[in-house]
Amino acid sequence: MSAQENKPKERVGVYVCHCGTNIAGVVNVGEVSKWASDNMKDEGVVISRDYKFMCSSLGQELIQKDIKEQKLTRVVVGACSPHLHERTFRNACKGAGLNPYLCELVSIREQDSWVHTDKIAATEKAKAIISGGVARVIHHEALEPLHVPIHPATLIVGGGIAGIQAALEIADAGFPVYLVEREPSIGGHMAQFDKTFPTLDCSACILTPKMVDVGNHKNITMLTYSEVQKVDGYVGNFAVTIKKRARYVKTEDCTGCGICWEKCPKKVIDDKFEAGIGYRKAVYTPFPQAVPKYPVIDDINCTYFVKGTCKACEKFCPTNAIDFTQKDEIMTVEVGNIILATGWDLFDARRVPNYGYGRLANVFTNMEFERMSNSAGPTGGNIVLRDGKTPPKSVGIVHCVGSRDKNYNNYCSAICCMQSLKFAHLVHEKTGATVYNFYIDIRTPAKGYDEFYQRIIEEGTLFVRGKVAEVTDAARNPGEEGKLIIQVEDTLVGKQRRIPVDMVILSAGLEPRSDSKALAKTFGISCSADGWFIERHPKLDPVATMTEGVYIAGCVQGPKDIPASVAQGAAAAARILGKIQQKEIALEPVRATIHEEQCSGCRICNTMCPFNAILFHEDKMVSEVNPALCQGCGTCVAACPAGAITGTGFSNEQILSQIDGLLLLTLDKKETVPSGS
Amino acid sequence: MTEETKPFEPVIIGFTCNWCSYRAADMAGIARMKYAPNVRLIRLMCSGRLDPTFVFKAIAGGADAVLVSGCHPGDCHYSTQNYKAMRRYHLMKRVLTQMGVEPGRLKLLWASAAEGQIFANEINKFVEEVRALGPLNWNQAGAEIPVEGAVEEVKV
Ligand SMILES: Cc1cc2nc3c(=O)[nH]c(=O)nc-3n(C[C@H](O)[C@H](O)[C@H](O)COP(=O)(O)OP(=O)(O)OC[C@H]3O[C@@H](n4cnc5c(N)ncnc54)[C@H](O)[C@@H]3O)c2cc1C
Ligand code: SF4
Ligand code: SF4
Ligand code: FES
Repeated sequence: MSAQENKPKERVGVYVCHCGTNIAGVVNVGEVSKWASDNMKDEGVVISRDYKFMCSSLGQELIQKDIKEQKLTRVVVGACSPHLHERTFRNACKGAGLNPYLCELVSIREQDSWVHTDKIAATEKAKAIISGGVARVIHHEALEPLHVPIHPATLIVGGGIAGIQAALEIADAGFPVYLVEREPSIGGHMAQFDKTFPTLDCSACILTPKMVDVGNHKNITMLTYSEVQKVDGYVGNFAVTIKKRARYVKTEDCTGCGICWEKCPKKVIDDKFEAGIGYRKAVYTPFPQAVPKYPVIDDINCTYFVKGTCKACEKFCPTNAIDFTQKDEIMTVEVGNIILATGWDLFDARRVPNYGYGRLANVFTNMEFERMSNSAGPTGGNIVLRDGKTPPKSVGIVHCVGSRDKNYNNYCSAICCMQSLKFAHLVHEKTGATVYNFYIDIRTPAKGYDEFYQRIIEEGTLFVRGKVAEVTDAARNPGEEGKLIIQVEDTLVGKQRRIPVDMVILSAGLEPRSDSKALAKTFGISCSADGWFIERHPKLDPVATMTEGVYIAGCVQGPKDIPASVAQGAAAAARILGKIQQKEIALEPVRATIHEEQCSGCRICNTMCPFNAILFHEDKMVSEVNPALCQGCGTCVAACPAGAITGTGFSNEQILSQIDGLLLLTLDKKETVPSGS
Repeated sequence: MTEETKPFEPVIIGFTCNWCSYRAADMAGIARMKYAPNVRLIRLMCSGRLDPTFVFKAIAGGADAVLVSGCHPGDCHYSTQNYKAMRRYHLMKRVLTQMGVEPGRLKLLWASAAEGQIFANEINKFVEEVRALGPLNWNQAGAEIPVEGAVEEVKV
């Protein structure tokens, strides 16, 4: 190597962030910064600073001032994860006239100060990480983001309250929405409830108008009884394959009069909408206010499908709308963005055998109680024991069933306390029974919630603090005879108690949908260990995901109440509207390029690409990457035996140099080279 | 502290993909899980980007071991590229063995974005395994692996 080559070709600025004490509490940031300016002059470091909060406007101005005054051509920031602030620092550079891709953010917080306790080791590691960043950034190129047009339509999966809210927001703004719902009607869990806490307004009264708006909206295409099978493409241009299950009802002819389900002879236990305590027919709409109003024929239970004869519905339908020959339909729609709002499943209370659900007749789940309390439900709103007629004189409501329990789910289901208080009120009001609530802690943090709790206390509900050990029918004395006995350690009094009651309601928690992992895979997003979908950032970006163009809203993201689900639905819609209005979206220019003159035409890369982005020119015998299809994974770059493919943003030079930097090889050279050269 | 009493502290280069394993590292950080400070990470977009050259370069350059991590099989953000990484991993193990390097110096780790704890635990385990192997016994003289970028220098 000749002597002139020792003169660095770039002017690099290094910025080490304290992040308050988040970094500075463990890493000696002053030492790291000084070390960088002392030891990396030959790499081109002309200035190195540490500052309390690099991401603050003052921190960003510091960088911008240096870019201008020191004529920096590269910037390295040692701070938090690039997933948090890469954009911030790139924009700061851009603001000072430096191409944003000439800035590298390296993490000395998530990967260093937050995970290590040895201050010396953490400081040394920070130096290595910064050195890796400097070595890498020298090989960065000025890049321009790729611009792709955004399809103005949006796909929303799940027609619960979160999906409904999102659909209306986007449709009202004038853009098309496809709303895909698995059940025959939209509405989700909220449609099953009687009253909603804390205001106790009737659930149907506030939900039904919104459902009707969705049904009538000219910008919303409702695809009920349907599921997404496949998603191709990427943000701006997704192609979504949807399976519409056969309803066996011609929706263009059906008036929703209801004669078919009146005449249908086949009764089926409704374990979905009626939570197993009521019936529906084989041809049915889940509930009277269903949107759309058209029924479906459940071909697993329908007598005609099972035995080959019946067709009562067809005979009586006044408009000849029944069609037993319908087949499932597969359709493809194009959309620019996607919202997943598929909600939650109820924790299966049978999993806690000592609470006796499924074994002891008068142990009910919360969803059973919701249906029982609903005047449109199987008991006409009467709260009665399993015999269908006797009102209970005493009721025990058990909180946290399956939640906050390391045997089942560690998390808090967020809504069970309020829901249990709501139930206490409804039981009181409708039966005058004595009500006990068994709780671990009462959690009522939202607006109007604690006031509701006070109200329930004043109504005379009895509260017992302690986790219920067992619900049993084994009486120990005549007073317990014929009752369900709740065995609990009352932790306020510090003694075991046995409380006999007529009815027990288990406040089972919320769980991710049983198919959430498969759904996440279809849409290319991640689930937490529990199975809830992961947001882009737990605090700052709760409705976006790591996959551009895919958003989440409502309980898919984690347990929450209706107001929070509505807020997320609206938030996701607002994010998407912002994008649609820009008409195009800027994408990271991370793409592969094949250098024709180096390509040997071996075609090894052709089969590597999951997006079929590589085509082979038979005439020239070389391969080429279609940048519109390439997603930049880099597999072909690694596979090409001729080294003919460059991965922009992650080139071999960048990565190999980063390895050198991380191993401090660049510095070793400096120490040994001068004497020899 | 004298040099003799200090345990051997291996230097490990770790490759993560952008979508799962890098986020697992972020998650470990956010949850303040503690693990050994011996691993220095490089972010790739996908484990499929891992050119075997990177691993050999790290080993040749003085790393005592290399960690390769990505999304769980079937969960790769680019559908199946981590299977390609897995095949290369087995190949690299064989090549390392042939070069006289213990294959235990290369580790493959699948970690989802939620698995910060697994990421931290596995790093601790790996550091102990490498510590037990001791420093990499490598003949520095023969270690120069020609790579792109260095190719020109070789030609001159
Ligand atoms: C017993 C009980 C009582 C409650 N009472 C109240 C209350 O009084 N007040 C309150 O604020 N909150 C209450 N909650 C909480 C409330 O249920 C939730 O906040 C709300 O349901 C969240 O709405 P969502 O749209 O996210 O999900 P959901 O209501 O679960 O809706 C999701 C929708 O997506 C559909 N879907 C699922 N998977 C797919 C798929 N793969 N493809 C297509 N569609 C799919 C479902 O069929 C459903 O229609 C209660 C919860 C329980 C358990
Ligand atoms: S692998 Fe490399 S040399 Fe072979 S066809 Fe692809 S680009 Fe050309
Ligand atoms: S980088 Fe990945 S997506 Fe792009 S062409 Fe190569 S293999 Fe296909
Ligand atoms: S993106 Fe994680 S392994 Fe491919």
